[in-house]
Amino acid sequence: MADGIRVTKLNAWFGPSHVLRDIDLAMAPRAVTAIIGPSGCGKSTFVRCLNRMHEVVPGARAVGTVLQEGQDIYGPGVDPVEVRRRIGMVFQKPNPFPTMTVYDNVAAGLRLGGVRDRAVLNERVERALHAAALWDEVKDRLGKPGAGLSGGQQQRLCIARALAVEPEVLLMDEPCSALDPIATARIEELILELKRDLTIVIVTHNMQQAARVADATGFFLLGELVEVGPTSHLFTTPEDKRTEDYITGRFG
Amino acid sequence: MQRHFHEELDALKQTLLAMGALVEDQIRRVMRALVERDDALARDVIERDQQVNAYDVEVDEKCVELLARYQPAAGDLRFLTTAMKIVTDLERIGDQAVNIAQRALELNKEAQLKPYIDLPRMAAKSQRMVKESLDAFVARDAELARDVCARDSEVDALKEQVFRELLTFMMGDPKTIARALHLILVSRFLERVADHATNIAEMVVYMIEGKIVRHTLA
Repeated sequence: MADGIRVTKLNAWFGPSHVLRDIDLAMAPRAVTAIIGPSGCGKSTFVRCLNRMHEVVPGARAVGTVLQEGQDIYGPGVDPVEVRRRIGMVFQKPNPFPTMTVYDNVAAGLRLGGVRDRAVLNERVERALHAAALWDEVKDRLGKPGAGLSGGQQQRLCIARALAVEPEVLLMDEPCSALDPIATARIEELILELKRDLTIVIVTHNMQQAARVADATGFFLLGELVEVGPTSHLFTTPEDKRTEDYITGRFG
Repeated sequence: MQRHFHEELDALKQTLLAMGALVEDQIRRVMRALVERDDALARDVIERDQQVNAYDVEVDEKCVELLARYQPAAGDLRFLTTAMKIVTDLERIGDQAVNIAQRALELNKEAQLKPYIDLPRMAAKSQRMVKESLDAFVARDAELARDVCARDSEVDALKEQVFRELLTFMMGDPKTIARALHLILVSRFLERVADHATNIAEMVVYMIEGKIVRHTLA
């Protein structure tokens, strides 16, 4: 893992509306890149383009180059399912499979990928739950429904589910907006742990969260990338007046 | 919520300006106490330093509170960190006024050594630097702030001149040494006032441009 993700001239549409315009953005490997911006700026669409989730919506399309470790995920013959294994995603609302146990939630992606060996499954599930900092809390209730966990635990369960298939990139679309401050702090700590092995892109409405966890931050507005830079720089001395106005609460 | 925060920042700016005006007035009054040999006025300057200290505490507490409550970023963050530093320099300028007042009380116990010419000039220059560093802060005028920084050397030069002149008095007559030393100290205190004004001006450049110019301007 040396290149991370390089996006060039990415454009996206929902039917006739042009929601992302000529985005050029490089996201460093084994680092956290935060995407901030007001509602409707295209930030969620942007991350959904990074693992070909955007095109799943009827009428939605994307054009451009997204190189992940040098390979264009929009290239000919690329299997979107394989892309989504390498580039996992966690959503705003914790969404464990409601009828499945904790164990089966984490194992779901592996089984879908054809893993049947019980010993392999056990090992990978345990490793994913450890990586998601959830193992100690659920190791005695692996057979209980995942939906019975607290909100913060459910979100970490979703992270474990994403990690089980050993992705190289983790996309997080407002992963803490439904969580209380303590659960949020745990997820943020986890993000800092995970970036040792993963490239992480996080969309957040919470600018302090971006300031806390991200190495680089990009500011989106009206479908354009206004500015991107080291987080410490963006939050102290932004270059663009629009960035300044947004992060100081003068609009948005 | 953000509107309320920006009103709080405006109020903080007004408090800093009131403190700046008080500190400037302290320098003006202490120089009058020195030149007019007015003990009562010198004591009044010493007394009024408590008001300067009260402003120092008020501004500092307000800055910490605003940082904790609003976690400001970018220009707002630079404004607050600058305010926290400016307030320290203003408070120390106030202390220099007290130092000068104490020297004035000592000097007034004896006959005046010589007419004071360069010291009031130093004071006028330093005081103007204080005023204009704060003007630059309010008007977000980086050019004026840089101009203030450039004038520090003029005050330094005057201090050297005062020193050389008083040296000749001391060499000529040992009985002048005590008074000359008090006056040399006064010139040193005024030079410190100009240094603090320079610090303020440098921080104002940072606040406006996001560039730290300390230790780089001549």
